[in-house]
Amino acid sequence: MRILVCVKRVPLTGGKMVLTADEQALETRHLGFTISPHEECGVEEAVRLVEAHGGEVTVLTLGPPEAEEQVRDSLANGGDRGVHLVTDGSEWDPQATAAAIVEAVRTEEADGGGFDLVVFGNESADSGNYQVGIRVAYALGRPVATGVKGLSVADGRARCEQEVPGGRDVYDLPLPAVVSVLEGINLPRYPSVPAKLRARSKPVASSTPERPAARLEKLRLVVPPGQGKQAEILGNGAGAAPRVVELMREIGVA
Amino acid sequence: MAVLALVEPSEELSFQALALARDLGGPLHALAFDDSELGAYGVETVHVAELEAYAPAAWAACLQGLIDKLQPTAVVAAGTNRGNEVLSHLAARLDLPFAANCIAVGDDGAVTRVRWGGSLLEEARIHADMKIVSVAPHMVEATTVNGGSAVVEQMDVAVDEADLVARVVEHTETPSAGVSLSEAKVVVSGGRGVGSADGFGILEELAGLLNAAVGCSRVVTMAGWRPHTDQVGQTGTKVAPDLYIACGISGATQHIAGCKGAKKILAINSDAEAAIFAHADYAVVGDLAEVVPAITAELRKARS
Ligand SMILES: Cc1cc2nc3c(=O)[nH]c(=O)nc-3n(C[C@H](O)[C@H](O)[C@H](O)COP(=O)(O)OP(=O)(O)OC[C@H]3O[C@@H](n4cnc5c(N)ncnc54)[C@H](O)[C@@H]3O)c2cc1C
Ligand SMILES: Nc1ncnc2c1ncn2[C@@H]1O[C@H](COP(=O)(O)O)[C@@H](O)[C@H]1O
Repeated sequence: MRILVCVKRVPLTGGKMVLTADEQALETRHLGFTISPHEECGVEEAVRLVEAHGGEVTVLTLGPPEAEEQVRDSLANGGDRGVHLVTDGSEWDPQATAAAIVEAVRTEEADGGGFDLVVFGNESADSGNYQVGIRVAYALGRPVATGVKGLSVADGRARCEQEVPGGRDVYDLPLPAVVSVLEGINLPRYPSVPAKLRARSKPVASSTPERPAARLEKLRLVVPPGQGKQAEILGNGAGAAPRVVELMREIGVA
Repeated sequence: MAVLALVEPSEELSFQALALARDLGGPLHALAFDDSELGAYGVETVHVAELEAYAPAAWAACLQGLIDKLQPTAVVAAGTNRGNEVLSHLAARLDLPFAANCIAVGDDGAVTRVRWGGSLLEEARIHADMKIVSVAPHMVEATTVNGGSAVVEQMDVAVDEADLVARVVEHTETPSAGVSLSEAKVVVSGGRGVGSADGFGILEELAGLLNAAVGCSRVVTMAGWRPHTDQVGQTGTKVAPDLYIACGISGATQHIAGCKGAKKILAINSDAEAAIFAHADYAVVGDLAEVVPAITAELRKARS
């Protein structure tokens, strides 16, 4: 099987959201970077499928030069090769992102053969547009299932399970197909030191697509109210227990 | 100029979407799949489509049929899994922008939408004549109008085979076990500070006394101490209990995104500087391995 997984570099924000002075982005000077847990699980799922059926996992990102770090992290977790669509770090709206990914898929497929599966996170960690995977599926003319929490492939079909209130819904898609997955579909592995070293020498192809004008245009970011409360201290250590129980009674839960 | 809304079967969040849709002005039309009474929510015409199984592309095709007829200024749905999925299909079919999880829609395509699972807001502009938006859950009130009654029209649905390729072909019921995390009145939640899978024993004991559900942070699920179904947060479950007790959880924004719907948050943390205290209503500074059993003992004492 040939599988493509799309991952997006995002800042690993800590206990609060801090914006840059121009309110266009998060202040990331003191932050590390990562990808969405959904996407981590997407990489893991693709690697497991290839371990079971043979084949190759390609990891793609659209992002600034530094996003190569996230591609390499994914290669350390079992990906075979990377595709880096390099940007200047400015925001790409979901339509532009999808169009660039579609372009890259076409190029990759012309060179190396078709992808049986293109895997997305259900939503990106930062912008949460819930749509890039579906747009890519339409452009490629392939069926798509979202919110996937269980995936198995047999006889040229993908069985996709979704959690819904009270149970699971099942979709049965003919390959090639597109899926977007949720954290919890698997428990991703931690990369070993040798795997990290090997990832350094895996191939990553890069190209620089043109950014079209945004049709969903970010104007400014705002930190919602509620951040920066001051908790009332009920006490220290075990001695606080009576006050806690009193509080539970006041709230009506004890 | 009309506004078109998608109403999902037995989905309360659709009523919140209708409230936002009504505020956009113009006759409100709804696409629905059963004959629920929507007049009270300000809907003038309900277009009822009958489909055998859920198929997102088929739902989008139904919306498309109504758009051709009504030429609406906006298409609105709840920011649920299905709402966001169907509107993404619609936007892809029409090659139009789609703004997911909005909390406000203004003039000229101005929207305010949530990012990072609600930890950040974005003011954005949709560049298109017809605005496609979903409404972030629990951010808009589901208000009703007096004496509204809706005209119901059965839709003639002729779905293309291609739009049924991805459809629900099977549904399995999972028997529910214990108090559900998303509906519990109290959640006792543990983070890295709990130390191990066994460490959750004292949280389970307290939860048992309070008829509470046990939750956890992502560090805990990644360590394999608890299943992902217990994870609270941006990529886990969103909870809204009367009381959320966070034990040994630092208060990362992605965790808070899942518990800020709680009426009250009590944080137990050994670090007096922990970020969780800036999101909590009440704090106990101390070792949870001592504080939690002490609360359990105190509760038992108070009850006997
Ligand atoms: C896109 C994205 C999505 C994410 N989604 C989620 C999500 O859904 N849910 C989630 O939880 N996280 C999520 N995370 C991870 C999140 O950023 C944090 O890493 C995680 O929440 C931290 O878990 P923690 O608080 O248990 O651990 P830590 O941050 O390590 O905090 C442990 C805390 O325990 C305290 N402590 C230690 N020992 C004791 C003791 N004996 N008694 C009392 N206190 C003690 C410490 O003082 C510390 O505050 C996400 C991250 C990203 C990037
Ligand atoms: N810049 C990007 N690079 C690679 N993949 C992306 C990018 N943006 C979004 N995606 C993929 O599309 C999914 C859905 O994103 P979104 O529609 O923004 O919520 C993400 O989880 C990723 O798998």
